[in-house]
Amino acid sequence: MNALSRAADWMNGGALPGRRDESFRWSDLSRILRAVPPASPPALAPGWPGPFEGLADREMIFVNGFEDGPDLALLGDEVVAARFISDAHDTGHLARLKVQVMAGASAVLLESYEGRGDKYFANTVLDIELGVGASLERIVVLDEPDGAVSVSTAQVRLAEGSHYAQTVAASGARLQRHETHVHHPGGGATARLDAVYLLDGARHTDITTIVVHEGLEGETSQLAKGVVGGSARGVFQGKIVVSHGADKTDARMRHDALLLSDKAEVDAKPELEIYADDVSCAHGNTVGALDEEALFYARARGMPLAVATAMLTQAFVAEAVDRVGHEMAREALRGWTGRRLEALS
Amino acid sequence: MLSVKNLHAEVGGKPILKGLTLDVPAGEVHAIMGPNGAGKSTLSYVLTGRAGYEVTGGTATLDGEDLLALEPDERAAKGVFLSFQYPLEIPGVPALTFVRTAINAQRKARGEAEMAAPEFLKLARATAASLKMDFEMLRRGLNVGFSGGEKKRMEIFQMAMLSPRFLILDETDSGLDIDALKIVSEGVNALRSPGRAMLVITHYQRLLDYIRPDKVHVLAGGRIVASGGPELALELEKSGYDRYGEAA
Repeated sequence: MNALSRAADWMNGGALPGRRDESFRWSDLSRILRAVPPASPPALAPGWPGPFEGLADREMIFVNGFEDGPDLALLGDEVVAARFISDAHDTGHLARLKVQVMAGASAVLLESYEGRGDKYFANTVLDIELGVGASLERIVVLDEPDGAVSVSTAQVRLAEGSHYAQTVAASGARLQRHETHVHHPGGGATARLDAVYLLDGARHTDITTIVVHEGLEGETSQLAKGVVGGSARGVFQGKIVVSHGADKTDARMRHDALLLSDKAEVDAKPELEIYADDVSCAHGNTVGALDEEALFYARARGMPLAVATAMLTQAFVAEAVDRVGHEMAREALRGWTGRRLEALS
Repeated sequence: MLSVKNLHAEVGGKPILKGLTLDVPAGEVHAIMGPNGAGKSTLSYVLTGRAGYEVTGGTATLDGEDLLALEPDERAAKGVFLSFQYPLEIPGVPALTFVRTAINAQRKARGEAEMAAPEFLKLARATAASLKMDFEMLRRGLNVGFSGGEKKRMEIFQMAMLSPRFLILDETDSGLDIDALKIVSEGVNALRSPGRAMLVITHYQRLLDYIRPDKVHVLAGGRIVASGGPELALELEKSGYDRYGEAA
C-alpha cells in the first residue's frame, strides 16, 4: 500500500475533517488541504541531528513515512527515539508506529517531528500499549517548517498499575495537530499529559487530548502552557471523561496561555464529563498577558523590559518542562524551548 | 542625593501627590510617616517609575539627574532600590537566578563586567547568613509559598546584594514579628553609609526604634506638612495623625 492510498484510507474515503467536525472546528484541515496530495517519494535519512541527539539506546527513523525496520517497537527498560522526518514538497505521507511496553518495564520514548521542504502533509498514527505495571514517558518535539501540515494521532491503552507521562513541545506549522486518546482503566494507573506550545508568525498548533477513565481509582493530571505571538493561533482541547463506575478518579487539568500580540489567538476548550460518584476533578484555564506587577517588580530591580519579559516567559513555560522526568531529555527540552522563545521575542 | 520639588502625581486621573517637596542628603535616613491614603506608596512608585502613576508637575532628581525621565530599570541601575510593601511571587524563577539576572543587568547598564558565578554565590551565601536565611530557600521560586516575614527578608537580601545608593523601604515592618523586625533592621542598618541615603516609609513608629532616622516628615494630603527630628515620630505615636487629616 503506498503512502497516497494509505492517506486516503485514513481520510475515510477522501473527506478531510473540517469545521463541521466538532473536534476539528478550530483546525480546519479540509480548507487547507483541498485535495489529497500526491504521495511523497522516498528520501534519504537526515544528515542533521534530532532534538534528542545522543540520548537514546536505539533509534527508529521514518522518512516520508518509509522506515527500514519493523513498525512495531517492543520496549523493555530502555530509551528509544522515534524520528518522523518529512523531506518533501507539495506531497503527502503516512507513518505508522506501534509501541508496546512490556509488563513491569520502564521505558522512555523520544519522539520528534522534523521537517525539511515545504507544504507537505505528514500524517502520523501511533498505537501505544502499556503492559501491567509498565511505565512510559513519551516526550514529543514538533519542529516543522512554516508551510507544513502535520497531524499526529495516538491511541494509548494503559493497563492497571501502569504509568504514562507525556510532554509535547510544539512550535506549530501551517496547521499542526497533536492528538492523544488515552484509555484509562483506573486500578492505580496514572496519566500525565503536558504540553508546551510556542508559536510565532502565522503558525498554528492544536493540542487535543481525550482521556476516558473506565475503572476505579485512576489518576490524570494535565498542564499545558502556550506562548503565542505574531498572528499565530494556538488551540487546546482537553477532554476528560469519567465513565459510569469509574469512582474515586482524580483528574486535574490546567491550561494557561500568554498572548504576546494583539493578533495572536488562543482557543481553549477544557472539558470534564463526569458520570461517576466520589470523584475529585478540577480544571482551570487562563489566557492573557504577562502579569504587569511581576514585570514592574523585575524592572525595578534593574532588568530592561526585554530581559524581564524573557525571564518571566521562560519561567511560565518551565512549569511544564520541569515536570519531565528524564533528566537529559528535560535539559534538551529546556534548550529547545529557550531557543524558540528567543525567536519569539 | 534625592531632591524632590513641588511634585504632583495622579493615579487614574485622581491627584494624589499635590506639591511634595523633600530633600534627602547623602548619608541620611529620612522617615516618611502619614495616615493611610496620604500618598506614601504613591511617592515610592513615582520615584521608581511604575506605570499608571502619572507625574503632572514638579521634579525629582538623584544627584542632579532627572529620575522621572528614566525607565524603571534605568533608575535601578543608577542605584534606586524599592523594598516593596507587597513583594511579588515569581513561580519558576529561583531567587538566586532573579537576583543574579538583576545584578548583571544593572552592571551591563553601567558598562561594568558581569559578576562571575563563584563570586556571586559567595556573596549570596554570606548575605543569606547575615540575614539568618536558609540558603536553600534561595533555590526555590522567588517568594513562592513564603510567609510575609520571609518575603520582607528576601527584599532586604536583594537590597544587600544589589548594593543600591538610594533605598526606599515601603512599609517594611508590616507583617513582621519582633524577631524578624530586628533581623531586617540590622540588615538595613548595615547598609547605612556616608554615600547612601534612605527613605523609610511607615505608618507606625515601631520600625523607627530599630532604624533611627535623622529626620521625620509627615505626609498628609499629598504634601509634606511637618518635618522634624526623631521626636516627631514619638509625638505622632501619641497624638495620631488627626491634626494633619485636613492638611490638603
